[in-house]
Amino acid sequence: MTDAPQVKHHGSDMFEGYPVDTANTAGDQAVTNYTINFGPQHPAAHGVLRMVMELDGEIIERVDPHVGLLHRGTEKLIEYKTYLQALPYFDRLDYCSPLGMEHSYVLAIEKLLDLEVPERAQYLRTLFAELTRICNHMLNIGSHVMDVGAMTPNLWVFELREDCLNFFERASGARMHSAYFRPGGVHQDVPERLLYDIGEWCEKRLPKLFGDAMSLVVDNRIFKQRNVDIATVSKKDALAWGFSGPMIRGSGIAWDLRKAQPYDAYAAMEFDIPVGTRGDCYDRFMVRVQEVYQSAKIIKQCLRDMPSGPIASLDRKVVPPKRGEMKQSMESLIHHFKLYTEGFHVPAGEVYVATESPKGEFGVYLVSDGTNKPYRCKIRPTAFSHLQAMDMMCKGHMLADTTAIIGAIDVVFGECDR
Amino acid sequence: MASPAPLIAPRAGLAAALEKLLGGDLIAHAFAAGEDSITVRREAVAAVMVSLRDNLDYQQLMEIAGVDYPDRSERFEVVYHLLSVTKNHRLRVRVSTDETTPVPTIVPVWPVAGWLEREVFDMYGVLFAGNPDLRRILTDYGFQGHPQRKDFPLTGYTELRYSEEDKRVVYEPVKLAQDFRNFDFLSPWEGADYVLPGDEKAGGTGEAPGKGAPTSMTSKEVKAADDKAKAPPPPTPKTSDSPAQTGAGARVNKAAAKTSRDGAKATAGARAKTPATTKAEAPAKPKASAKPRASRKPKTGGDA
Repeated sequence: MTDAPQVKHHGSDMFEGYPVDTANTAGDQAVTNYTINFGPQHPAAHGVLRMVMELDGEIIERVDPHVGLLHRGTEKLIEYKTYLQALPYFDRLDYCSPLGMEHSYVLAIEKLLDLEVPERAQYLRTLFAELTRICNHMLNIGSHVMDVGAMTPNLWVFELREDCLNFFERASGARMHSAYFRPGGVHQDVPERLLYDIGEWCEKRLPKLFGDAMSLVVDNRIFKQRNVDIATVSKKDALAWGFSGPMIRGSGIAWDLRKAQPYDAYAAMEFDIPVGTRGDCYDRFMVRVQEVYQSAKIIKQCLRDMPSGPIASLDRKVVPPKRGEMKQSMESLIHHFKLYTEGFHVPAGEVYVATESPKGEFGVYLVSDGTNKPYRCKIRPTAFSHLQAMDMMCKGHMLADTTAIIGAIDVVFGECDR
Repeated sequence: MASPAPLIAPRAGLAAALEKLLGGDLIAHAFAAGEDSITVRREAVAAVMVSLRDNLDYQQLMEIAGVDYPDRSERFEVVYHLLSVTKNHRLRVRVSTDETTPVPTIVPVWPVAGWLEREVFDMYGVLFAGNPDLRRILTDYGFQGHPQRKDFPLTGYTELRYSEEDKRVVYEPVKLAQDFRNFDFLSPWEGADYVLPGDEKAGGTGEAPGKGAPTSMTSKEVKAADDKAKAPPPPTPKTSDSPAQTGAGARVNKAAAKTSRDGAKATAGARAKTPATTKAEAPAKPKASAKPRASRKPKTGGDA
């Protein structure tokens, strides 16, 4: 730009020193920026997001996202519940990847208790966390593709999501709000047949169906035109705006908490971290596509290496005994009663535990005062930081690009608004 | 550490580096549960963040959390969680403040702090000096109060509903059909300094035991009721346990000892004797008026 010859503006010299009437003459049309409301009810907003947008024609000048329309006071409610009673609230934060939310919370409690967890429980949690990642990415990939105009892949990947939900149901009894991870392990052991079916599914159905669906999208001309070079975020910006998960990896930083700060059985797993090169919406999308294959790889390793043994800690001061045991032994009955009414007490202290949820770093800052209820439980959502960068990412793009940008953020308001 | 929580290696020489870098701004440094946390002077927080980012490589601000300790003179803690992507380490930085003293903003250091500070302001009422956009963020438009404070009730003060008469959403004071049930598991076995719910009449407050609730009954009625309560129980309490009532005895035992097939036969035989069964088993006579049905004619050419 600086090398280009300077074009001398005609008017500026001619009227130098004279007052110039800048008012519109007859026949001119005054063009001003105007403001529109995107949402709160918009099919591409992935929930209740209201964005006040200032537009210059179709170019976005400024975006002011209004969040909090789904605020339910989860953190306040948790302060009034025992540690175990607060667990199901985490399912309801990011309702697209419920087990990923539970994971941070149970790890935070275990860290405060300094509680040992049996190896089988760690493998089961790793397995289901990765299954959750696939489940979440199926929803996001499908809806992102649909937001920019393609219908078919969404219907196909929803088949896979349905399979995942069926697996959750077979393990925990609930399709979405499983409450399966518990402080000290998992709620109950899985049937052998379920592990076999998950292995079979990862081997056959997932690669075939997902591969077919993605073959329609990844090289599609329209899809690329809608996503490549849209909302490019540099490495520096990604760090400054607190990005995490596929958003920071899309910008080319190979940062994955499963590798960097391994928890549960991730230290024993072998997998790759996909990264983007340009930091645009297409890269974020492709990072998620590759992560699905990596998750399948981790699931297979879990199934191969999973040891047998107890599925929850045998510390009866934290983990309640099973019902069958309870009907035989007085000691178990007392433990069962005390743990389901009063709950366990957590030693005073504070921890911040973050895991790699499907959407990024999901953290729980837990402050305990030594009683049976958390003194403070601050939830660090992923979408909150990402949405804040909407203004930075949208500036200068067309209005229609907003849907692609939101789709690539992977926002769910249950988690963002808490 | 025994727990399977995220593994973060302690950063060697961090304490000395912090001491040297922050000097008098550093109030305390603690290492607990495998996590480093420092307390710094409130006024210096912006400068501290810049030097932590530029000299100790904490590139990312992940979270700002507020915590309320109503007993302290400076009741709020603002807790920043920093992450170093290159050194793979987390650091917690905390400052304390009260309702009126603002904390310097760190938006110029990390733009992500904008909303995080807004949330702490919304939830706790902590002020951030210099934040360019300190509006409420999670609560409703026009909300009053700061809900995460410990003295804010869980139910809040207002509730809203759609009013059919006004054709709009109206706000009203909270009305609870039932009190919020809060089980106090921490109450000691004895010596509680408050009256347990339902114990009001028992006089747990140290006053003389109460004489009972006021009643509309006359003294005669009360006396009659008392006498009735004192009356001796009836001589033979009614039970259903005696053999005469249950039918238990040698005969029943004998019947029960028979094999199941015998039992089935016996019941079948018994059933045949009952009048209802006899009637059903009698051969049914055709009624006189019933004619044998004529054979159906085949349909011919319905459409013709």
